Parts: sequence; C-alpha cells; structure tokens
Amino acid sequence: MNRALFSLLASFRRAPLFWFGVTVVLCVFVCAVLAPWIAPYDPNLQHLNDKYAPPSDMFWLGTDALGRDVFSRLIYGARISLWVGFVAVGISISIGVALGLLAGYFRGWLDEAIMRFVDVMLCFPSFFLILAVVAFLDASIFNIMVIIGLTSWMGVARLVRAETLSLREREFVAASRLAGAGTLRILCLHILPNALGPVLVSATLGVAGAILTESALSFLGIGAEIPTASWGNMLMDGREAMGVAWWLSVFPGLAILLTVLSYNLLGEGLREFFEPERRG
Amino acid sequence: MTNASLGRVLRRLAKKLLWLLLVFFGITLISFWVIHLAPGSPTDLETTMNPLADAEARQKLEAFYGLDQPLPVQYVNWVSRLVRLDFGNSMSSDPRPVMDKIMECLPLTVSMNLIALLLTLIIAIPIGVKAACRPGGLFDRASTLAVYIGFAMPGFWLAMLLMMQLCINWQLLPLSGLTSLNYDQLGPWDKFLDLSKHLALPVFIYTFGSLAGMSRFMRSSMLEVLRQDYIRTARAKGLPEGRVIWRHALRNALLPLITLLGLSVPSLIGGSVIIESIFALPGLGQLFYDAVLSRDYSLIMGSLVLGAVLTLAGNLLADLCYGLADPRIRSANMIGQTVEIRASGGAA
Repeated sequence: MNRALFSLLASFRRAPLFWFGVTVVLCVFVCAVLAPWIAPYDPNLQHLNDKYAPPSDMFWLGTDALGRDVFSRLIYGARISLWVGFVAVGISISIGVALGLLAGYFRGWLDEAIMRFVDVMLCFPSFFLILAVVAFLDASIFNIMVIIGLTSWMGVARLVRAETLSLREREFVAASRLAGAGTLRILCLHILPNALGPVLVSATLGVAGAILTESALSFLGIGAEIPTASWGNMLMDGREAMGVAWWLSVFPGLAILLTVLSYNLLGEGLREFFEPERRG
Repeated sequence: MTNASLGRVLRRLAKKLLWLLLVFFGITLISFWVIHLAPGSPTDLETTMNPLADAEARQKLEAFYGLDQPLPVQYVNWVSRLVRLDFGNSMSSDPRPVMDKIMECLPLTVSMNLIALLLTLIIAIPIGVKAACRPGGLFDRASTLAVYIGFAMPGFWLAMLLMMQLCINWQLLPLSGLTSLNYDQLGPWDKFLDLSKHLALPVFIYTFGSLAGMSRFMRSSMLEVLRQDYIRTARAKGLPEGRVIWRHALRNALLPLITLLGLSVPSLIGGSVIIESIFALPGLGQLFYDAVLSRDYSLIMGSLVLGAVLTLAGNLLADLCYGLADPRIRSANMIGQTVEIRASGGAA
C-alpha cells in the first residue's frame, strides 16, 4: 500500500501536467453527475430582483440578464459538454475503428474505396459541413453530437488502418489464422486490442475537440436548445452583455479552456505511456 | 530524361489526375446529398411558413428552381453546371449568381488568412527552433505549456475578452465591421489605417489560433532533424552552433511545414465562420453562415464545394512545393504520401 502510494507520488512529480488533467477531468465529471446536489440554485430559476448581479457571497459567479445563477448554470453546463464529448467521440471512434480495420485487413479495392472516402471527407472544412447539416435538422444537442461524430472519424480510420496493416503481418495473427480463427475473431480479439493504445489517445483528444466544436456552435446560437445551460450559449449571452457584465463572458470561457486543456493533457500523457518512442 | 523515367512521370501524373477526379466527384456527391437528404425543402421558408402561399405557388417555385425533378437528375444538372463554374443563382431574396456572391467575399477571407499565416510563420518558427535546441529546458517547458493553453483556448472567447478590454474599456480599436462610417471621405493613408484598425483583432485571433499547432510542429520537426547524422557531422567539423541550427538544420526542418500548411486550409476556412460572425466582417464565413440560416441551398452547396476544392488545391500546392523543395521526393512521391515518406525516411 505504501509502495503504491509512493509510486503514485513519483508519477505526480514526473508528469504533473498529466495529473493536473486527470484531476480536472474527474472534477468536471463529478460536477456533471452530481449537478443537482452541488449547484446552489436551479440553473433556470430567475432571480428577477438580481439581474446582472456581480459575483458576491450569494451568487458566487454573478447572475445573467434573467437573474439566473452563473455558477449553477456552469455546473449544469458540464453535463452538456460531457455528453457531447463522449457521444460524439463514441460515434467517431466506432466508425473510424470499423473502417480502419476493414481497410487495413482486407486491403485491395475495399481499402482503396474507404481511403478515398477518407480523402474526400478530409477536404471539407468540417465546421462548414456541420453547420450545413445542423441548419436543416432541428438544432438539438442530440443532433449536434451525432453530426460532430459523423464528421470527425477520419483520423481514427487512418490510424487504425496503419496499425492493422502492420499487425496483420505479425506471427501471432498468422498463428491464430492457422489455428482456424475466423476473420471477425482475428480482427476483434487479436488486432484491435493491439491497436487500442493510439485509439484511446485520439479518443481523449477527440473529446476536447468535440467540446470546443459544440461550444462554438452554441455560441453561434445553433447548439444546445435554450434555456438548457451550455458553456457555449452562456458565452452567447455574455456577448450580448459585454460592456455590462464581464463575469458572463469570463467564467464560461474559463470552464471551456480548463476542460479542453485537461483532456488534451490527459491525451498527451496517455500518448507518452503508449508510444514512448514517439515522445516530443 | 530517359524514356523509362518519362513514362514513370506520366504514369504518376495520370494516377494523380485520376485521384483528383475521384475526390472531386466525391466532394460534389457529399455536398449535394448532405443538403438534399435533409428533411424539408428549400422553398419551405417561402411556402409552408408563409400563410399566403398555397400549394400551387409552391409547385411553381419548385419548378422555377428545378426542384420538381428527381434527385439524380438534379444532381447531374448541378454538376454539369458546376464544371462550367456556374454555381447557379442564390435562392435568397438577393438572387444573384452564387459565384458572384462568393467572389465578393473571398478576397477578404483569403487575405486575412494569408496575413495571419505569414505572421504565424514568423512567430512560430523561432519559437519551435528555440524550444528544440534545448528540449526539457526552461524555454521548452514554458513554450510547451503555452502551446497547450493555445490549443485549448476557444478563439471566440479570446476575441470576446480582447473586445471587452481593447474596444469597450480602453476604446483603442473599433468593435466590429470592416470600415468606419466615414470611410469614403478619408484619404488613402487614413483609409489604410482605418482598415488595419478594423482588421487588427481578427488577424490576431487567426494568428493565435494556428500559432500553437505550428510552433509545436516546428519543434518536433526540428528535433527530428537534429538527430540526423549530418548534423553531427556539421558539429564535428567545428561549425558554430548557430550556423548548424539556423542554416543546416532549419532548412531541412522547414520542409514538413509545407505539408502542414496545405493541411491547415480546411480549418482556416471553417474558423472563418465564427471569427467573421463575431467581428461582423463580410467574408466567406459570414456568407456561408447567412446562407445556412436562410436555407439558401445553392449558396450552401456552392460554398461547400468551394471550401473543399480550396482544400484540395492547398494539398496539391503543398505536394508540388514539397517536390520542388526536396529533390528526393520528386522521384518517389505520389500525392498524399508525402507525410509517410517523411516519417519513414527522416528529412536527411
């Protein structure tokens, strides 16, 4: 026990940024899950006598134009960010892994077709594509998660394909093929687990990207439906009150910055763990 | 050039052209289907949501835009006009050709991005080089931290903070727009000054946005080069360190940057939506955003295709420049493989 504690402390000192990331990510997670118990007020409760109240003992981070408590809304906003991050990345990883495995394992025309599709998708400015689709569907947070996922799988597909290309030539794959394992079994039980490290890294970085994209969309007013609190549409409110209430612009942005930063630090830490040879 | 090598070059060229055609075809297909598979019709805003319009008006309108034909026919018509550079007419209340509208907005977006890109290079290259000279040193660690923060900083938030401080609190810069109200009465010098003041913040935000990635990339590219044998040779024969770094190493480390520049086109175009909307600048991003809000199908499809084709052009240009700058690539490279070659062969 002592030893485990010691090695944990040692790794704290070796990689302080990584552990900073872990801490913040965990905090945001706890906030999102326990939001109703942590938040001092209902996020949509309007304190009509306290519109634009500056940060104080009563409202830690102030209130907005409708007298809603910014701190409570920030805590509830963590839910949106987490949902978007995980659902979008879940979709993009699933598509990317499936297509990457297929392309890398079967090669030939299938590989050619999949990779040209990747080339095409990479040509689109993804924000354009997302905006175009969102405009025609209802701007609901669910649609946005799906669309971010559908437009961000290309990197993972390339990564998994490259891993698969080299893994399929390895002895243990040949051995399991000789032992009579089916294609599906080889792909899922032998190749995929060995490619999981880099996938995990890009998933972590992907969560950061998805959170940023969602906040940008909400900032433009086509993200989370009002009055649901999301960090992005809180910033939109802040923009309208820019000369009046600085706290509306500062705190939600700080939340986005810290969260995205932490996921990135987490991802970089994992990268060093999984691919020590590619450091720096 | 011998016959055999000429044949090889021609074959490679043909392959590249085929790739280009294929990708272009894919781009048009996706741009078209993304819009047309979505629920609703472009005429919704004028018919279903307009109590005065009846079913007949809707039919007329759809016939006017050619929307009554089956989708594949619409697609073929659209593409055949597209290759003649005819993007169709805008479906909004301002029914000029899409091409005209885009061409009106493109110069602003492109020039802002070019200026920002130039600034980014000027700042990012020295930072990356200096960080790579002593990896793990104080400067390296400080710049790494700054890079992480830069990656995570939402551009629109930074823009808001700066607007709040510089434009509202200190009144140093104008809040938004491209020109002041009295722009037409100004002399040429004052006009330039007015324009620069309006564009200073947007260009700064663009620059900040690509700074982190660029300096990080420069650092790792430089580290890679500094590991090479010829750098050891250069040091061993007694060249001063400055000369080794800034001449021998830097020139080789700059090569991969060309590819990165090509790859950054789509994110720059995508980023223009939000920056231009914050600063109310009449560029491509703003045009696209308005088109999306008013469901202007032809303008949306046109911008999507244009954005993708610009990206394609950026990639091709990067490949071409890479080939020109690095003779080894000229004989070995095929489009899209530049990065792999660099990764396996190093930049020796």
